[in-house]
Amino acid sequence: MSTVADPFHSDNPIYRNRLLRHRIGISLSICAMAFGIGFLLWILAVLLINGLGAIDIEIFTRTTPAPGSEGGGLLNPIVGSLLMVGTATLISTPIGIFAGVYLAEYGQESKFAQITRFVTDIMLSAPSIVIGLFVYAVIVANVKQFSGWAGSVAIALIAIPVVVRTTDNMLQLVPASLREAAFALGAPRWKVATMIRLRAVQAGVVTGVLLAVARISGETAPLLFTALSNQFFSADMSRPMANLPVVIFQFAMSPYENWKSLAWGGALLITVSVLGLNILSRLLVRQNKTT
Amino acid sequence: MINIATLSESAPIAAADLSPIIHVKDLDFFYGSFQGLKQINLDIFERKVTAFIGPSGCGKSTLLRTFNRMYDLYPGQRAEGEIVFNGRNILDKDVDVNVLRAKVGMVFQKPTPFPMSIYENIAFGVRLYENLSQGEMDERVEWALNKAALWGEVKDKLGKSGLSLSGGQQQRLCIARAVAVKPDVVLLDEPTSALDPISTVKIEELISELTEDYTIAIVTHNMQQAARCSDFTAYMYLGEMVEFGETDKIFLNPSKKETQDYITGRFG
Repeated sequence: MSTVADPFHSDNPIYRNRLLRHRIGISLSICAMAFGIGFLLWILAVLLINGLGAIDIEIFTRTTPAPGSEGGGLLNPIVGSLLMVGTATLISTPIGIFAGVYLAEYGQESKFAQITRFVTDIMLSAPSIVIGLFVYAVIVANVKQFSGWAGSVAIALIAIPVVVRTTDNMLQLVPASLREAAFALGAPRWKVATMIRLRAVQAGVVTGVLLAVARISGETAPLLFTALSNQFFSADMSRPMANLPVVIFQFAMSPYENWKSLAWGGALLITVSVLGLNILSRLLVRQNKTT
Repeated sequence: MINIATLSESAPIAAADLSPIIHVKDLDFFYGSFQGLKQINLDIFERKVTAFIGPSGCGKSTLLRTFNRMYDLYPGQRAEGEIVFNGRNILDKDVDVNVLRAKVGMVFQKPTPFPMSIYENIAFGVRLYENLSQGEMDERVEWALNKAALWGEVKDKLGKSGLSLSGGQQQRLCIARAVAVKPDVVLLDEPTSALDPISTVKIEELISELTEDYTIAIVTHNMQQAARCSDFTAYMYLGEMVEFGETDKIFLNPSKKETQDYITGRFG
């Protein structure tokens, strides 16, 4: 019996050695994954345990309570966040998509486009507190008024590079042959860029916008210096405006039990909506692949 | 060996039938510092099929892409010399390439349907240069799909995505899209190399029907295809035009030994 001569037998030393290395590699990967997922699940569990108790109808119908008063809700910060994130999305989506189209279409040939792309990458990783301070210095300090508008501008500045980068990246995925085919019909460049190339990746671009919305809906630092907060209900964008992240920040550090509970509730609301946006964007990408 | 039986047994084409629609004179082409085409001289005749054959990298696609200035999209590529079409040198800087491309259509190796409905795939190109009413556009779409022998297969699903069609149908959609704008010349860059044999036959039949109205220039790797569907054949090698003439003559009695070697499979 010569088992070693059989290369397919599991006694083969080369095979055993490879199997060992395979098992070590897989184990290390699983440990790394468990580390990441473990913390995520831990965070979600703590959030659910503390936040679910605070979620009731009042959180959507009552405004933030005064110090020492009972109950209360998060109506004003929820409305404020929706207004500011909505405005920021309306500002950043067209700018980001147009800039992304410009980069993808002219990014290879022009120095200006290359510089724009480089600056966008820096903006993408700029600390959000710097952007908050910038808007404070440029808008708030000049008009001497914290406002919803200033908050919207600050988070729009964070969203723009995200939209630019995803639009640019998505457009790069469009095969050159599709572009050539459109040019071959005599289509002018702007029509090829918008009606063919952008259209081919519209689901991907929408995904980029959704991810940008998810990103800005949890930003605290830029709003702290710009929209400040407001303990009363206000839908006036030119006045200080309540918003979920800043209210969570203030209430979590307070000595009042009902404030702390509202902070947990708000945190859970943000997390669930961000999770929802992420799932929606994944569905869109999947749908794009199958059509 | 090439199957001679596939060749048409038609008499040589009478010179009176021929009028050049594209006249190429002393054409050089450069990819940066690399010269892709060297001193090409050639006439493309109206309502005839001209095939370009030769080994990979010989410059046949490069030549085809000068006829609609496709190379313009890529900085660093340039052409020198003359390509006269409609009485003017289309290599001139002041030529409107968009109008040129509307007159010289192109179909590519891989089917490239646009991410829109079958109807819109055709209408997109037509709308660029014509302002048709809804009824006229419907007629044009039907006419173009008929030209491409696709109408019967898609008439009940014009609203469906062009991407939902099979590869062969997609390629015929691309041909319909190209003829819908009523060009003078249609360039086909290896139009069947990504298709199955049955779709290939359909496209080849289509090519001979299209010559009733259009001038066709086709690049192909398949010599039988060139023999089957072209009136004229150009054999190219290393960026040079080795031999150009009537297809029957090129395949049956080439005047250059290099051409003979290539078509008999001794080389390439």
